[in-house]
Amino acid sequence: MSSSVRAPPTSPKSGDPEPGEIWERVRKGDRRALGRLISDVEAGTPGSRELLRWIYGRTGRATVVGLSGPLGVGKSSLLNLLIRHLREHGRTVGVIAVDPSSPFTGGAVLGDRIRINRPAGDQGVFIRSMASRGHAGGVSQSTREVIRLLDAAGMDVILVETVGSGQSDVEIHELATTRVVILVPHLGDEVQSLKAGLYEIADVFVVNKADLPGADQATRYLVELSAMVPAGPDGWRPRVVQTSALQERGIADLWTAIEAHEEHLAQGPQGRDLRRHRLEREIQDLVRDRLTRDLREKLRPGRELSRLVDEVVERRLDPYTAADRAYAEIKHRRGD
Amino acid sequence: MAKRRAVPAEAAPSPSRPIRVLIAKPGLDGHDRGAKVVARALRDAGMEVIYAGLRQTPEDIVEAAIEEDVDLIGLSILSGAHMVLFPRVMELLRRRKAHDIQVFAGGIIPDDDVPQLKKIGIRAVFGPGTSLETIVETARKLAGTRS
Repeated sequence: MSSSVRAPPTSPKSGDPEPGEIWERVRKGDRRALGRLISDVEAGTPGSRELLRWIYGRTGRATVVGLSGPLGVGKSSLLNLLIRHLREHGRTVGVIAVDPSSPFTGGAVLGDRIRINRPAGDQGVFIRSMASRGHAGGVSQSTREVIRLLDAAGMDVILVETVGSGQSDVEIHELATTRVVILVPHLGDEVQSLKAGLYEIADVFVVNKADLPGADQATRYLVELSAMVPAGPDGWRPRVVQTSALQERGIADLWTAIEAHEEHLAQGPQGRDLRRHRLEREIQDLVRDRLTRDLREKLRPGRELSRLVDEVVERRLDPYTAADRAYAEIKHRRGD
Repeated sequence: MAKRRAVPAEAAPSPSRPIRVLIAKPGLDGHDRGAKVVARALRDAGMEVIYAGLRQTPEDIVEAAIEEDVDLIGLSILSGAHMVLFPRVMELLRRRKAHDIQVFAGGIIPDDDVPQLKKIGIRAVFGPGTSLETIVETARKLAGTRS
C-alpha cells in the first residue's frame, strides 16, 4: 500500500531505554509482551504513551480493513475465512474485534473468537477482543493505538470488526483504509438504506449468506445504489461482492475487491490525502481530549459550583447563566 | 519526531481495568450451558469475558489467554478428560511464562481428583450446585492475587 512512510526509529530518551527494550521483545515474537502492551494502551498508562511515540515511525505499513455489519450477518464467520485466505497467501494478520460493554455494569462478553479456527501454533495471527467501554481516550482512540501496535509488530493486514452501529463504531470503521460493510438478504426494504448510516461508509459491500434466497435481489439493489450515489471525493464507487461463509464461497472475490480499493488509494493522491486528513483529525482529538481533561479538573465540584447549582435548583438562576458564570470563572483562572 | 516538549507530557488517567477472564471448554464434550451461565454471571459482575467456546485444545486456550492478556482462565469440562487436559494447560502456561494467570475449573470433576488438580495449580474447582455468587467472589479474589 503506502510506499514508505517509515521514519528512522526515534531514539529513546536518555535514561529511559524502556520502550526500546520492550519493543525488542515484541519484535522477537514475544506475544505475551504484545498482549500486555495492548492492555497498557487500553488503560492509557504513561509508559504506553511513551512506547506509542517511539513506534510511530515504524507504522503505516499495514493494510487496515474495517468489517462492520449488524448482529448476526456473519462477520465472525467471514473473518475466520478471511484469516485463512490471507494466511494461505502468506500474509500475517492482526485482528481487533470490538464488542459492546454493558452500560450498567461495564461488563462484556466478547465472543468473536468462537468462530475462529486456525492452525495450531500459527504465530502469524494475533487476535484481540476489545470491549467498547473503559478506555482512557475513548474506544476509537484505543483502537487506533492497538492498530499501530499490530502494524509496528509486523502484521501485514489488520482486520477490525465492529457492529457498526453508534458513533464510536462508525469512528472505528473510519480508521480502516478499506471499509467493508456486511449485509444479508432480506434486511429490509430500500427505504432502510436511504436512512443515514452504514450504507454511507462502505468501500466494499458484502452480501453474505448468499446461499439464501433473495441474495441476488439484495446484490442488484446495492449495485444500483452505488451507481446512483455520487462517487466519493476519492472517485471510488463501492463494489458489491457475494459471499457465503457457510459454503466458503466468495472469499477470494472479497479480498480482490479490497485490494482493488487499496490499489485505487495507492495510485492517486487520494490515499495520501485521506491519511493526512485522518492524522489531522487525530491531533485535533488529542488536543481536545487534553483540554477537556484540564477543564474537568478545573470544574471539579467546589463551593463555587455548588452555590451556582443551589441557585439553579431554587430557580433563582437559569442553567445557561450559571454556565456563563462558571465559564467566565475558568477562563479567568486559565490566565496562569 | 519527538521534539523537546515545552509542556509536560500528559498523564492520561488510567481507569481501573476490568478483570478479564477467558472461559473455554477444552476437549470434546459439547455441552456449554454451564460455561455460558458462568460467562454471563461474570459479565454481570462487571468483568470482560472472552468466550472461547467449545472444543478448544490446550494450545488454543493458552494462546488465546496470552493474546487477550487475561487475568483468569475458567475451564469447563464434562467429558472426564480433565486429568489429561488440565495438566497440559498448566504446563503450557508455565512454558509460555504465563503462569501468573490464575486458573479455575468447573463441571463434572470427581472429588478424588480435586487435590491433584490443586497441586498442579488449579486454584478452585466448582462442582454442580455451586452458587454463581461463590464463583464471582472467587474469581474476584483470584484476580486480586495475580502478581
